[in-house]
Amino acid sequence: MINRRTLLGTAGVSAGAALAGASLTLPRLFGGEAEAQPLSLSKALPQGLRDSATLDALPGKKPLIKLAYRPPNYESPVEYLRTGITANDEFFVRYHLSDIPQVDAKTWKLSVGGDGANGQAAFDLDELKRLPAVEVTAVCQCSGNRRGLFHPHVPGVEWGYGAMGCAKWKGARLKDVLDKAGLKKEAVEIVFNGADGPALDKTPDFVKSIPVWKAIEETTLVAYEMNGGPLPHWNGFPARIVVPGWTGTYWMKHVVSINAVTKPFEGFWMKSAYRIPVGKFPVVARFITQETAANTPITECVVNSLITSHADGAPVKAGSRMSVGGISWDGGYGIRVVEVSTDGGKTWAEATLGPDAGKYALRTWTYQFIPQRGHTKVTARATNAIGQSQTAALILNPAGYHHNVMHSVTLVAA
Amino acid sequence: MRALAIALLTALMAAPVAAEEKPVTLKKGPGLEQVEANCGACHSLDYIQMNSPFMASATWDAEIAKMINAFGAPISEADARAIADYLKANYGSDHVTENR
Repeated sequence: MINRRTLLGTAGVSAGAALAGASLTLPRLFGGEAEAQPLSLSKALPQGLRDSATLDALPGKKPLIKLAYRPPNYESPVEYLRTGITANDEFFVRYHLSDIPQVDAKTWKLSVGGDGANGQAAFDLDELKRLPAVEVTAVCQCSGNRRGLFHPHVPGVEWGYGAMGCAKWKGARLKDVLDKAGLKKEAVEIVFNGADGPALDKTPDFVKSIPVWKAIEETTLVAYEMNGGPLPHWNGFPARIVVPGWTGTYWMKHVVSINAVTKPFEGFWMKSAYRIPVGKFPVVARFITQETAANTPITECVVNSLITSHADGAPVKAGSRMSVGGISWDGGYGIRVVEVSTDGGKTWAEATLGPDAGKYALRTWTYQFIPQRGHTKVTARATNAIGQSQTAALILNPAGYHHNVMHSVTLVAA
Repeated sequence: MRALAIALLTALMAAPVAAEEKPVTLKKGPGLEQVEANCGACHSLDYIQMNSPFMASATWDAEIAKMINAFGAPISEADARAIADYLKANYGSDHVTENR
């Protein structure tokens, strides 16, 4: 059976045809210059992606890099990631399924229950907002961010660097929401579902779970505000789950049900998708009720950084002091240091870190040096508070998760 | 013509948050019709473009099997064969060396 939104999507094809051929250029944001730049994507991405990706603005969003129209998968150009907070209209968009309703805040209901709860509870948006409000600045990053840079390539959404962003999320503690239904001590996982669904009834709905210990942390939220405003539709209006430190797959958008369960949740999106080989990555947070001998659900983000001040191949002035900069983040231990090499990794020097907005936030950094005439490869490497550093060599895994290879750009000084 | 334009505008206004999906043009070839009818029912066809040309024939077979078995796509055996042949011939890696 074909669902409602598939038909709308088809209507959109003809309506959208009139808009084809829109400009594929993006205003240059750095230094407020007005000139336009063509979309330039890393040569390491699949050729088919480089040929088909375009800049496209979803309603209410600035132009993002369109990887797929339906379900919509759009990443932020690196230029949007130069600050510690990513604007709502510049934030990436990721959906698994294409039946995406526009949720009406007036009729939205959140139901809470499950066999791991003593009873049932229900919230409308006003009731949710009456619970104590908590705000946390946290990175939301897709598990597969940078998948397109895997070599050999692996199938999936072929993300470049921009399936991530950082925002101030405000909402009720998930713990307080669960308390309204009463959490039993036998509960092992908390299961989330959102209002979006599949185009076909037989496709597994996107439903996710997290362990109770993570669900009851002080900053795990049912969030209804992003950077001081309502959540954009594309980022989960009117409320989404926020799981600071963990990858975006658990941050259920348009959340409509929260269930405590006493047995591990068996859905496709837990048992078959979003899993990493056991023991391959230096992650601390484990999801033991979902582990098998071979693989385990992805959990916290691995330590990472990105050079955002300059594109690869950017021209600079030889012999004068200049600044490169970017962002760094991890799974919630906090960034201890970002180091920069301008000699291909032989020597490293400490960058200056920007303001600390909390252990789940992006940490900006800058580094000053004097480029000599010719090509200079600049590489950044972040290390977190528990001593984890970025990898030099890609850690291969079948689904293309956790890419945290050190990022480099080559500057051309003349 | 004017009535059509109004109908189009009304359709757009009725769904203000729907993505404006632009047509994705795949390479012409035998099997394209089956690809558009089956694959395009659940997702836009740029998924095929971006996953190319690095997928070997066995990887395309695995993807089609996943769409049928894991995602419940009601694709007939004949269509599945036509889709596989089309994807391997037009978006596969068996005859391509990708630039790095």
